[in-house]
Amino acid sequence: MTKSYLSIRDLNASIHRGPPLLRGVSLDVAQGEVRCLVGESGAGKSMIGKAVLGILPRAVVVTGGEIWLDGENLLAMPPAKRRKTIGAKAAMIPQDPLTALNPSHRVGPQITDRLVDILGWTRADADARAVELLGEVHIPEAERVLKMYPHELSGGMRQRILIASAFAAEPKLIIADEPTTALDVTVQKQILRLIAEMQRRHGTALLFVTHDLGVVSKVGNHLTVLFAGKVVEDASMREFFASPVHPYSRSLLAATPKYTDPTGSLNPVPQAVIDETMAEVAAYDREHGHG
Amino acid sequence: MLDGRSQVKRRIGARLWLSGGWLALLVLLAIFAPFLAPKDPLAQDLFTSRLPPFWEKGAEAGYWLGSDSLGRDVLSRIIYGSRVALSVALVAGLLTCLIGSALGLIAGYFRGWADLLISRLIDIWMAFPPVLFSILLIAVLGTGLESIIIAIVVIDWTRFARVVRAEAMTQGAMDYVDSARVAGSTRLRTMLTEILPNVLPTIGALLTLEMGIAVIVEAILSFVNLSLSTDYPTWGGMIAEGRISVHQAWWVLVFPLVALFLTVLSFSQLGEGLKDRFDPVLR
Amino acid sequence: MAVTLLGAAIVVFVVIRVVPGNPIVMMLPPNATQVDIDRLSALYGLDKSIFEQFVIWLGGVLKGDFGTSISLRQPVLDLALGRLPATLELSLMALLFAVLIGGVLALTGTRRRQTRTEGAIDIVNGISLSVPDFLWGLLLILLFGVLWPVFHISGRVTPSLDLNFSTSFLLIESLLRLRLDVTGDLLAHMFMPALALSIPLAAVLSQLLKQSLKETLHLDYVTLSRTKGYSENHVILKEALRNAILPTLTLIGVQFTFLIGGTVIIERLFSYEGLGNMAIDAVINRDLPLIQGIVILFALIFTIVNLAVDMTYALLNPRLRHA
Repeated sequence: MTKSYLSIRDLNASIHRGPPLLRGVSLDVAQGEVRCLVGESGAGKSMIGKAVLGILPRAVVVTGGEIWLDGENLLAMPPAKRRKTIGAKAAMIPQDPLTALNPSHRVGPQITDRLVDILGWTRADADARAVELLGEVHIPEAERVLKMYPHELSGGMRQRILIASAFAAEPKLIIADEPTTALDVTVQKQILRLIAEMQRRHGTALLFVTHDLGVVSKVGNHLTVLFAGKVVEDASMREFFASPVHPYSRSLLAATPKYTDPTGSLNPVPQAVIDETMAEVAAYDREHGHG
Repeated sequence: MLDGRSQVKRRIGARLWLSGGWLALLVLLAIFAPFLAPKDPLAQDLFTSRLPPFWEKGAEAGYWLGSDSLGRDVLSRIIYGSRVALSVALVAGLLTCLIGSALGLIAGYFRGWADLLISRLIDIWMAFPPVLFSILLIAVLGTGLESIIIAIVVIDWTRFARVVRAEAMTQGAMDYVDSARVAGSTRLRTMLTEILPNVLPTIGALLTLEMGIAVIVEAILSFVNLSLSTDYPTWGGMIAEGRISVHQAWWVLVFPLVALFLTVLSFSQLGEGLKDRFDPVLR
Repeated sequence: MAVTLLGAAIVVFVVIRVVPGNPIVMMLPPNATQVDIDRLSALYGLDKSIFEQFVIWLGGVLKGDFGTSISLRQPVLDLALGRLPATLELSLMALLFAVLIGGVLALTGTRRRQTRTEGAIDIVNGISLSVPDFLWGLLLILLFGVLWPVFHISGRVTPSLDLNFSTSFLLIESLLRLRLDVTGDLLAHMFMPALALSIPLAAVLSQLLKQSLKETLHLDYVTLSRTKGYSENHVILKEALRNAILPTLTLIGVQFTFLIGGTVIIERLFSYEGLGNMAIDAVINRDLPLIQGIVILFALIFTIVNLAVDMTYALLNPRLRHA
């Protein structure tokens, strides 16, 4: 427990005066570790990341639980302190590189801004760091690229910039929200490899959100499976792929296309399994007064 | 707090009631002016000149809102002035709407040389300061109610034409229009039966706005003495007189100004309120 | 653009030649003979056909000669250019007010979105939009002319002030010459007409910018910026504003031309000695050359404004700059 850099305890969230979105979610990410957060669209995975980073949509409210980052409960902090803490200790790798960079600003400042404004670095130090980072993400001609505007760069390049920006302040925790989903298939693998490389080099704890089990096996140490906002499985990567415990997880794994068997049919998650898991969710709701 | 819809609906309701209420009152005043006005609006009497409104010292009974420099009752003149304001609003507003919308529809749906010509005309028209143009036209047409109405139509048709043209172009590109044409409808019929109904809500909101503008134009023309050729009271004329004697008799300026203000505000808020009321998204 | 100007020239030319009332007759004393009238008419070229008159006029314009004013007996160009600076200064001051007021309202409304403050701002905007500058001018006259006489409600400058300026750009010159007493006097006269002119534009600006800002705040790059630790104020001002402004720019261009058009009646209302005021007198006096010259000048100004807006848009949008 004390080894965990990020510790989410029994997090509950719902739409304001509406249905619950997160049901008692608990998960840990230890220092230097990669945990994948898996689930289908709408399961609530993005919401967890947003809750940690403090960027939940206005319509969504946290109704209970704790988020411990480096020994401090983010949810118990006053907003300004929380913002500064997250800014200094965490970072995000966003999903869509085409919309995550400000079109009116050059690319360089979007990497160094946090360093200068929030952390008080000098301009010279920050710029040098930016050049360094571009080297790490394998972008040549760093000085020239830093002066460019986002629309002058390809999607893959932009995602590398965003990755560089995430690692700029040496955060101890990075939340990657489906960072390869919006990219071309050919670029996805490169970016995935890059993220894994950067994570190893910097020893950052990584919470990797994805709906794609194929991606998971290449990146993570641990896995959390989410269904309708409820954690249904929490295992190490090896355990999971060897034999998953929960019926839903098993069906998910079975549904994933295997490169070793291209002619095998795609099996969607059977309705029976879905119903069974929904029943668990309903039981949880009843217990906690939502049903 | 996050339930914006009910808040908005409440606001629309109040808006419609208030603006509709004022306009309805005006209509009543205009129609029943001879019965409602306490005094003859044209009767001059130097003994009763510059009387203050009833709550001030020195006021006289019967002159509720005071009198102007020539001794005429302000309230009665405002009541009779509503006749001019409303008739200009209605007639000029409707005519401008009809002509402007027709031209806009033709330009937007038929495109081609009709669009070229009409668009070019709109560009040229937009190069003129409207007030100057209207004053110029009145100088050409002479003073009088018909002239004012013609002037408003000639100057402001572009307001409808531009918007309706844009709408017609968007609608014209849509699938339901093609379906109608395939089913055998002529271009004219398609324009009238398919496109026009979809453009109507926009036209409706603009119409009430135009009515408010018509009232203002008449007031401005009265202000520069180019409105009616007779002595008939107009709010703009009263404002012009009031402006001159504003330090000695503020009420001569204030009350017609308030009437004008409320009327213009009501017209435009009515338009906005109706547009929101019939907006399918909010329903 | 040239076609529009030419078209405008033609329209004006034709319209005012239909004006009843012979300006020559109006100029001369009642006992003038027909010979006098004919002579003066010939002098002003009014004895020729409309077509001939237009061609002559156009030829003159291309050489910089806009004819001579019938009522004021001076070259039209000189008269118009003499009054133009006053109107320009007034319009630009009004634009400044509109940007400041509208900008502040938009930013405040965004910062306090979905609170009562935003609701109040919306109501204020709604009213300001519905009421034209003419009425605002009258209201201001009542407020600051009668109730609380702080500002002047008439004229451009106090006549007793000793002015030895070389141009008619009084405001600019007064600043350059450090005659700040004159600057103060000019501003005191200009304040209300400029404010009246600015209110409708401020409302449009405020509404549009607020809407644009609120939409921009949902975009991904803004969300990312929040995770870096930036405050709401920073996010609105440094991330969102630059991008939210672009759509409002083109509308402002059009609305600014409306504002300039409004100077005609506002100048009359406040007895401000500008181009618009002169234009009204010109119409009343049937001074054909002067009317023509001023209308064309206005049309030219409108065209230039539209061009300036296009250029500013291109400057601010990096994507267009590199195109």
